[in-house]
Amino acid sequence: MMPYEHFVIPFLAGTFFLFAVIFFKFYSWLKTLDKKQRYFVNKNIFSFKTILAISEIVKEALIHLKIYKKNLLLGYMHMSFALGWFLLIIAGRIESSLHSGKFFNAPWMGIFFKYFATDTKDFYLKSFFTFIMDFLLLIVLTGLILALIKRFRSKILGMKKTTKHIIYDRIALTALWFIFPLRLLAESITSSIHGNGGFLTGTLGNFFSFMAVQNMELPMWWAYSLSLGIFFVFLPFSRYMHIPSEVVLIFLRQWGAQTGEQYSGYSELQINSCSRCGICIDVCQLNYAADKNNVQSVHLIRDKRYKKLTDEVVNNCLMCGRCVESCPVGLELTLIRQQLRNKKEIPGKIYYKFTDIEYEKKEGHIIYFAGCMTHLTPTIIIAMKNIFSHVGEKYWFMDEEKGICCGRPLRQQGFVQQAKNLMSKNYRIIINSGARVLLTSCPICYKSFKEEYKLDIPVYHHTEYIEKLLNEGKLKLKKRWTSVVYHDPCELGRGSQIYMAPRNILKSFVNMHTTNQEKEIALCCGGSLSNAILDLPEQIKIRDNALAELTKNEPDILVTACPLCKKSFVHGNKAVVKDIAEIVAENLITKTALSKNNVKEKIQHEIKNH
Amino acid sequence: MQNWGFSVAPSRIIDLDKDDVSSYKIITDKVPSAKRCLMCGACSASCTSKEHIAFNFRKIHLMFRRGQLQNLSEELDKCMLCGKCRLVCPRGVNARAIIFNMRIILNDMTYKNIKV
Repeated sequence: MMPYEHFVIPFLAGTFFLFAVIFFKFYSWLKTLDKKQRYFVNKNIFSFKTILAISEIVKEALIHLKIYKKNLLLGYMHMSFALGWFLLIIAGRIESSLHSGKFFNAPWMGIFFKYFATDTKDFYLKSFFTFIMDFLLLIVLTGLILALIKRFRSKILGMKKTTKHIIYDRIALTALWFIFPLRLLAESITSSIHGNGGFLTGTLGNFFSFMAVQNMELPMWWAYSLSLGIFFVFLPFSRYMHIPSEVVLIFLRQWGAQTGEQYSGYSELQINSCSRCGICIDVCQLNYAADKNNVQSVHLIRDKRYKKLTDEVVNNCLMCGRCVESCPVGLELTLIRQQLRNKKEIPGKIYYKFTDIEYEKKEGHIIYFAGCMTHLTPTIIIAMKNIFSHVGEKYWFMDEEKGICCGRPLRQQGFVQQAKNLMSKNYRIIINSGARVLLTSCPICYKSFKEEYKLDIPVYHHTEYIEKLLNEGKLKLKKRWTSVVYHDPCELGRGSQIYMAPRNILKSFVNMHTTNQEKEIALCCGGSLSNAILDLPEQIKIRDNALAELTKNEPDILVTACPLCKKSFVHGNKAVVKDIAEIVAENLITKTALSKNNVKEKIQHEIKNH
Repeated sequence: MQNWGFSVAPSRIIDLDKDDVSSYKIITDKVPSAKRCLMCGACSASCTSKEHIAFNFRKIHLMFRRGQLQNLSEELDKCMLCGKCRLVCPRGVNARAIIFNMRIILNDMTYKNIKV
């Protein structure tokens, strides 16, 4: 005979409902994975990657290491809820099995163990489990206190702004907050009657013994079960859906699924994995510099989930990627936004027919693709030409007169079909030229050529190219005492993970300063092409925010590697702004310079000729 | 001589009283800087597309402002959205955003007739 009491019904009903809804949701999402994602899942499902996924789940879904890095208390709060509750369930399950001596027992036994196990029967590790269950409950309760503090004073936990709740969140949150105090009360009262409590519930039980505890026992357990049931029923519709979604997401991600071009079930899974913690709000420059408070990734995802998405929220984003870098769940927030921007395609329609131009073969050359923006900063082109002639590189300036855009600006605005037309044109020109290397001066083009074109020749940004020349000893630079600071362009840094190449170049010949916000957390110059909404005054606010951080130590020169960043910063009038190619070209040691060896050689040469 | 947008237009009568400015109103609501445009043509001069074909944002902007939307959709498809026009504008007009919004407005109006 199974131990049973009526109060288990709300818990059981809630659990069944929860599992049914989750199963239905996961099935509908996994069904709509695109071909590539499906291929990777099938390929890697039985491989070492599954173990990696499990270890990531322990690290991120239970311990929350990434949130610890942001703030210790915030990390502890999330860990106490996730790991604490998880261990409570596991330990309760083991304890109930040890108690009954059977592996399989009633599913509610672990949850309501204290109520049913009132006998004095001794079982293996009884005192250990009595202690550990109370200890875990205490951990969760301390987390709950922190959560209460965060609700009213979020700054203590390192959050300036947090999200607002929708109605489902509020109900689920209230139920969640009641679960653990009610569990504590219910167990304490049972312990007061039967004396089966640990250091926490037992002590509290002794304290309660002056009251008429017999009448309070069942109502307390009912309340506990009800709060569990309510939480489970509202979980799939609230932000707490991230608990099951994140686990599945980590598995898919480890198996190799990537965010595709079109909105698919994988994107839906990512959207549901967002816990709406709001960490992305504080890092967004649009929030703290331009005072736009409703467009951040967390708002985008919430609006998409509850079908309230507006054009303004989708399009008002710099796509700088600072939120992606800070997201504790590791969601591809900019790519999801890009998917949501996609416009309807017209089958068979071909755009940009006028760009068909014949080019001659340029075998053995490197292609220099300056990029549209670089044509507005001709000093970069002149500098690159100087460097080419200095090292004697055979190059072909692909877009010198009739350039074609790389397609990324179109793609970022959702005009995928148009972007593909442009891409196929550039692709054909590059492949037909027979060149060995593609070199570009614009990080936007660089990311596009490297990731979207699938070229079989290496693609370099000029920072990489110059670094390579320096390492090979083809370029020699004059040592300068100029103090410079380097600004990471979004598309080059966070977009393409090139942080060290420009730094190595600068360190080798000038005095480089670091800033507080660089590399992964570098600021955006505000000139981003991804935003077709932001007006000039707001752009200026973002630019000045970045400039203030970069020019804190009053450097002589602000160096960047993107023509767009250069253009934005130049108008800020705070520092001399130069591209890395310019500063390198200015400090080249030319062969004709009168170095000691050169003078000796020349004299010997003259003597011989004489 | 390079064609950067100036050509002889066929003669026609423009009745400014009958202009339909409703769609331009949407543009100025979404991109308020459009009102600052003084039609200098710097955007057209710097354009990437104009190296290949006659494409003139200044002209498109003027046509749109007057509500003459015929053939504008095809004309706008020539734009590569590279954003150079935005940077060269002496009045800080976000020309790229104007084109982006024009495309969406025109797509909703004229593309609906095309069977997809």
